[in-house]
Amino acid sequence: MLKVTPKTKKILVPLISIFAGFLVGALIMLIWSYNPFEAYSSMFSSALGNMNGIGETIREATPLIFTAIGFAIASSAGFFNIGLPGQAQAGWLTSIWIVLANPNMPKVILLPLAVIAGALAGAVVAGVAGWLRAQFGTNEVITTIMLNYIVLYSCQYLMQQVMSSKLRIDTDTTKTITANGSLKIDWLSSMFGDSRINAGIFLALIGVFIYWYLMKKTTTGFEIRSVGANPYASRYAGMSTKKNIIYSMLLSGGFAGLGGVVQGLGTYQNYFTQTTSLDIGWDGLSVALLGGGTAIGILLAAILFSILKIGGLGMQTIAGIPYEIVSIVIAAIIFFVAIQYVIGLLFKTRKASVEEPEQKTDGTNTANTTSTEGGQR
Amino acid sequence: MNLVGILSLLVSSTFVYSTPLVFTALGGVYSENSGITNVGLEGIMTMGAFSSVVFNLTFASTFGKLTPWLGLLVGGVVGLLFSLLHAVATINFHADHVISGTVLNLMAPPLGVFLVKAIYDKGQTENITQSFGYFSFPGLADIPVIGPILFKNTSAPAWVAIIVSIILWWVLYKTRFGLRLRACGENPQAADTMGVNVYGMRYAGVLISGFLGGIGGAVFAQAISGNFSISTIVGQGFMALAAMIFGKWNPIGAMLASLFFGFAQSISIIGNQLPFFNHIPSVYMQIAPYVITIVILVLFFGKSVAPAADGQNYIKSK
Repeated sequence: MLKVTPKTKKILVPLISIFAGFLVGALIMLIWSYNPFEAYSSMFSSALGNMNGIGETIREATPLIFTAIGFAIASSAGFFNIGLPGQAQAGWLTSIWIVLANPNMPKVILLPLAVIAGALAGAVVAGVAGWLRAQFGTNEVITTIMLNYIVLYSCQYLMQQVMSSKLRIDTDTTKTITANGSLKIDWLSSMFGDSRINAGIFLALIGVFIYWYLMKKTTTGFEIRSVGANPYASRYAGMSTKKNIIYSMLLSGGFAGLGGVVQGLGTYQNYFTQTTSLDIGWDGLSVALLGGGTAIGILLAAILFSILKIGGLGMQTIAGIPYEIVSIVIAAIIFFVAIQYVIGLLFKTRKASVEEPEQKTDGTNTANTTSTEGGQR
Repeated sequence: MNLVGILSLLVSSTFVYSTPLVFTALGGVYSENSGITNVGLEGIMTMGAFSSVVFNLTFASTFGKLTPWLGLLVGGVVGLLFSLLHAVATINFHADHVISGTVLNLMAPPLGVFLVKAIYDKGQTENITQSFGYFSFPGLADIPVIGPILFKNTSAPAWVAIIVSIILWWVLYKTRFGLRLRACGENPQAADTMGVNVYGMRYAGVLISGFLGGIGGAVFAQAISGNFSISTIVGQGFMALAAMIFGKWNPIGAMLASLFFGFAQSISIIGNQLPFFNHIPSVYMQIAPYVITIVILVLFFGKSVAPAADGQNYIKSK
């Protein structure tokens, strides 16, 4: 058993989780007689070995940062927002529509307008669930699931029936947006080997900062966190539970909407009919869980996630190993992060430190028999 | 189409679409009443669907008509084994229940597809040959009016699901096992003090949910989709989760909520065959089930309260 300071432990445990996740992937590959070394080397070389790969990895991470922040905000208020796919989709269609409808507007007005409108669209979708929760106590898990489907079919209808056919190529695809509404930056793309990297990443970094500042430095953030930790105590302290429920869902949906915006104005430059809920929504959920809900954690988790996703495509073409192994590795990493209590047992924290009480991690405290760390995050 | 014809079409398609939800939601009820939140139902269903299809394709010639029923058991057992992951993580390793459940959802589809690629060398399986067809109850089907609506050309697994939900209600509320299970979900310390094995009960809850969720997936694969691919189980597990909450963590409630979801879903699917409904633009038919669910929830149910210790880890004192 190693003796480490709590701080080192905090870094070591996730690193071991990641390593263990890769190990699980390697084991599965070995069982089905694929070569794990070949797999992982082709994965990393295609995601990070050239400028195009790096650009695509960053591009992949951009929307995930937003959707993960969206999940994390709702989560710290005590809500399980699985409506991220629908909220992102609303943001995507809205921003593309606004840009397509105003081809002659100057970029300084149009781009911010489209971005903000996209965020608002996401916020409205999530806000419905938040309002119902605050007003009637309706369970947000049900409403956000239902809203995913409602948005999915409504977007299809809006694009195919309501949107002017002049804005579309065919029933399933819109025209490509004009440069005055695009997040694409030519020099950035060419610097990264003509990849689809775009200004969205700068927005995402600003988003990470805002998230950190909001949750840690503002009263709103503090209230959201306290309502999540203990709604009754917060109410006793004079905070409005209803107000904070609605705020947190609006913010959550706004960030998720931005995820859709960067996907539309950045990655694809158009909107096309979706048949199932957006991946960036579900992946954002995983990224948030992997990053433990902290700003820096989300950023790092989104990058790791994207290395695996983009690298996995390379792995499939170069080494001929099914892409699915990547998703299995991701799931395994999150599993090990979830059971970090067990991984933590490998280390003994030094007694000298006072910041982290020991009972949290080694479970020997007898006075506190239940741990609420599980259900309330 | 006469009224009896319309009703029998509605009832049979409601049954077909709700059966997977009924089984899976019942599983959720047992897991959560033992105190373990289970958002991994979707993943469990996926494993059930995958294994039942593989079993069905392999043994259809051996077992003939019996194959889909045995496929249910296979799906259930595989779902149970898969849910062990959730049980160990949450009960022994103090994992966050939502994260652990999400791991099941993340793990199952790629694992299923990876294995399909490894076994069949392609991304999705062939269609199964022995699926759940329509079934008429001998005798009962001849009753006038009720017979054709409820018992003729209907779904046999649906009737099994309804009977199972009644049995599971009885087990949960009228037996010692059920009382103990619920005690672990409401107040594990108190249960432990009274000598109940909390860890054991919670294992039982999660494994039952794995078994039933696996059956749910197997029913879906063998009655509706007919094969297994990455898009076989997309959202049904979450609908089952919603049905469980809608049904207020009660087996009968979960069954009725599932039937309602199945009904709403089948309206949007068979709507164009029905008079009156076929004039409504399809988008309204598509979103109606989900809007109606929210409206009903708001109007009639209001706040739904989970078992008190649901989602909380219990760490036994030494």
